[in-house]
Amino acid sequence: MSTETTTEVDINDIDEVDQLRYVAARAADARVNIELETEGMTLNIGPQHPATHGTLRIVARLDGERVIQAEPIMGYMHRGYEKLTEVRTYPQVTTLINRIDWVGSFANEVPFILASEELMGVEAPPRAQYIRTALFEMGRIANIMLFLGDMPVQLGGVTPLFYAMRDREFVLNQIESATGGRFHPNFNRIGGVKDDLPAGWIKETKSAMQRVRDFCDEMDDLVTGNEIFQSRCRGVGIIPADVGKAYGLSGANLRGSGVDWDLRRDQPSPLAWKDLDWKVWTHPDGDSFSRFWVRLQEVRESSLMVDQILDGLPAGPIMAKVPRIIKVPAGESYVQTENPLGVMGYYVISKGELTPFRVKIRTASFSNMSITPWLLEGVYVPDIATILASLYFILGDIDR
Amino acid sequence: MPKVPGMLVGLGVTAKTFFKTVFPDGPTGPPAPSKGSHTVQYPHVKEAPPDRARGVIALHHDNCTSCMLCARECPDWCIYIEGHKELAPPRRAGGKPRQKNKLDRFDIDFALCMFCGICVEVCPFDALFWSPEFEFSELKIADLLHDKSRLADWMETVPDYPAYESGSEVKVKKLPSPSS
Amino acid sequence: MTPIIAELAYWQETVLRGLVGLVAVLLPTGALVYMFLFKMMSFMQSRLGPMEAGPYGQLQLLAEFGKFLQKEDIFPSKADRFVFAAAPFVVLVSTFLLVLVLPGGPDAHFVDLNTGIYFAMAVSSVSVIGIMMAGWGSNSKYSLLGGIRAAGQLIAYELPLVLSVVGVVIMAGTLNLKGIVLAQSDFGIWFIIPQFLGFLIFLVSIQAELTQPPFDMPVAESELVTGYMTEYSGIRFLLFFIGEFATAAVFSAIGATLFLGGWTIPFVDGSSEIMNWIGPLVLAVKMVLIAFLIFWFRMTYPRFREDQLQRLAWKFLIPLSLLNIVITAIFKVVF
Repeated sequence: MSTETTTEVDINDIDEVDQLRYVAARAADARVNIELETEGMTLNIGPQHPATHGTLRIVARLDGERVIQAEPIMGYMHRGYEKLTEVRTYPQVTTLINRIDWVGSFANEVPFILASEELMGVEAPPRAQYIRTALFEMGRIANIMLFLGDMPVQLGGVTPLFYAMRDREFVLNQIESATGGRFHPNFNRIGGVKDDLPAGWIKETKSAMQRVRDFCDEMDDLVTGNEIFQSRCRGVGIIPADVGKAYGLSGANLRGSGVDWDLRRDQPSPLAWKDLDWKVWTHPDGDSFSRFWVRLQEVRESSLMVDQILDGLPAGPIMAKVPRIIKVPAGESYVQTENPLGVMGYYVISKGELTPFRVKIRTASFSNMSITPWLLEGVYVPDIATILASLYFILGDIDR
Repeated sequence: MPKVPGMLVGLGVTAKTFFKTVFPDGPTGPPAPSKGSHTVQYPHVKEAPPDRARGVIALHHDNCTSCMLCARECPDWCIYIEGHKELAPPRRAGGKPRQKNKLDRFDIDFALCMFCGICVEVCPFDALFWSPEFEFSELKIADLLHDKSRLADWMETVPDYPAYESGSEVKVKKLPSPSS
Repeated sequence: MTPIIAELAYWQETVLRGLVGLVAVLLPTGALVYMFLFKMMSFMQSRLGPMEAGPYGQLQLLAEFGKFLQKEDIFPSKADRFVFAAAPFVVLVSTFLLVLVLPGGPDAHFVDLNTGIYFAMAVSSVSVIGIMMAGWGSNSKYSLLGGIRAAGQLIAYELPLVLSVVGVVIMAGTLNLKGIVLAQSDFGIWFIIPQFLGFLIFLVSIQAELTQPPFDMPVAESELVTGYMTEYSGIRFLLFFIGEFATAAVFSAIGATLFLGGWTIPFVDGSSEIMNWIGPLVLAVKMVLIAFLIFWFRMTYPRFREDQLQRLAWKFLIPLSLLNIVITAIFKVVF
């Protein structure tokens, strides 16, 4: 791109007004040339944008419709959780951490409670573990159903979102009848769960799970079978398995690349997964379609797991013997679980006081976002929406 | 049988939902979208939340001894309690006068409240209860501070505790009788 | 109609034509917005849509009109004021020009052009200019992206649109829209049956010309907010909105004229006097049928990516429509 659009003139040969005019003309040319430089238009996607699931900002340099470089800027929603936990007692921390991944909310509490129970040397009774697993899986179903409705919207099909919201209501109603809160159950306690299930809950939940399965069949018809959806998603945003592992991805993002790793099966845990008959779904392709497909199968599998849990619910107490005022003995403990978004872990350091000394929260979405600059290089602008939707992050999970 | 292209199957799904919404009683029934849709025309029709829903907190005055446990444990410190001690007449003639706590002020600021339930759980005298009522929006934020009498009024809306599922070893709690 | 028109003075006739023209564009627009956007979309999504304004939400459009009227008229700071302000009107002009040639009955038309369909296809391209003006004049990168995408898409889908109509023209032997309708009643069948391929291509092309999903890359809501309309507010946005639905109504009416027999109903003579009064209603019903198809596709499908869109138009639809023309021509000459 040549910058020589005016002929060279010796500036001292002309009078002042003309000098000014000349300088202004050169400056204008230079400005136009910079803007016409096809090395990129910088487009700022977010933090207020329909595609970014919250306050995420992506600064993308575009060449026409191709992305040359994209960089996510996180932190617009930082709420200071890890600092907050230093000055809150254990029940108060349980309340607060519900709000990290606010969609699959029960799952946020579980690793923290398990870590604290490990430090206290307490184990919850089997009935409590079964109830925890049931609610954990229902949180997973609610979370991923939101994803299943939201990804087609990012691609342009508005209707699946309404079906997802409609059928998700049944699951949320069941969580509410047991715990009192649709999105923030606050139901785990160190040593067990807060309360037992009300009568009739098991039957209602099973019919809700049947609705979830019907919804999955509808999604198969409406979305995964749709040729337009497939052509938008297949081959877009391919994550090879080793690259995914190197960037620290977890959850369905890795399983969509063929990595057969699921903490529910591969890690010993006091919760009830070891007693259930279920399978881990993987897909070899590693593109956006495979991530969508894996999550769809996971919802179906989770609904079958909830049915098994409720069939095999053991009788017994729901709370172990713990003192009224919880003082966790000194020590450190790290527990991670397979949350709906990926692997979530809590590293709890206690000095024997009422409040934890330090809680480090390892969230799945923060690590999932790290692959974004690598993944978004060289894709079209519409594919940015597809890829971000298929990685599926929740802003509260990224920014804490 | 050749596979129907996915796009046509998708059209079928939306058409089926359309007909299920407009004709909820099947093709022979009358068109009734208000019945077939999954939405509820609030505020003309109201859906009742489950009994355990955490809507608002109710206070049973007689049980409260202003021990301040709820105010201490609240993550947001939204409960304001003031009380003083009074001498009540002895239970039997010739005995010592008893000390009773009298509540002056018990306010919960629902603008701050996170609806977590720690206060209800931690109260040793069962003075706080959950009620599923949720329609208490105000035009001014200051009106979201519910004082003692308003919290006592919420007690009427607290539902009885339901029975538990079979296999449970938890005893069903009972609500206190309405205070005088 | 003709005897009544002949009695009026020229200025009275002009006013009457103006009013009828406005009604002919705005009434179907309102009906389409209410029936399909508010109600059909809602029922397909298991919900009810607007219900509060008027019985079953029928006055919602009036409420929306009032809402848009009282909004602030925002001009982006470095926007090209004239271009920005004129863009919605350019889009609307093409719609109103289109309705000029639409026949509602043997004599119920504004202008009886011998090149009716040719004029219609030419004039429908004017909206491309309006969209590009909106995209450029907004001084916003999102709008620019939307405008450029629209230019590429709308120009690409002009060709299949025109070529799919050529098959009908060959069968009818005339470009005059009234002649095409009467030819269908002479043949005894509506052109949708022999020209089914042409009808499908026509449907896909008008879906793209209206920038409706699955072809709504210019207005890709999840990426570009509202594409070329992002910086518009208030009445200007409403004009775009009306333009979108009015064009949908008019294109559906043109489709009904070309493929579904226009104002004629079977077993009734197409050129009788009574059809001047019943004809517009018949045309309205057929227009609603085609609009139903357009909106049904809109609700169900996600959108194509820009390159897939272009590939579909250039590599698939144009050869197919050329094939359609060849087959029609062969049949016309041989039989």
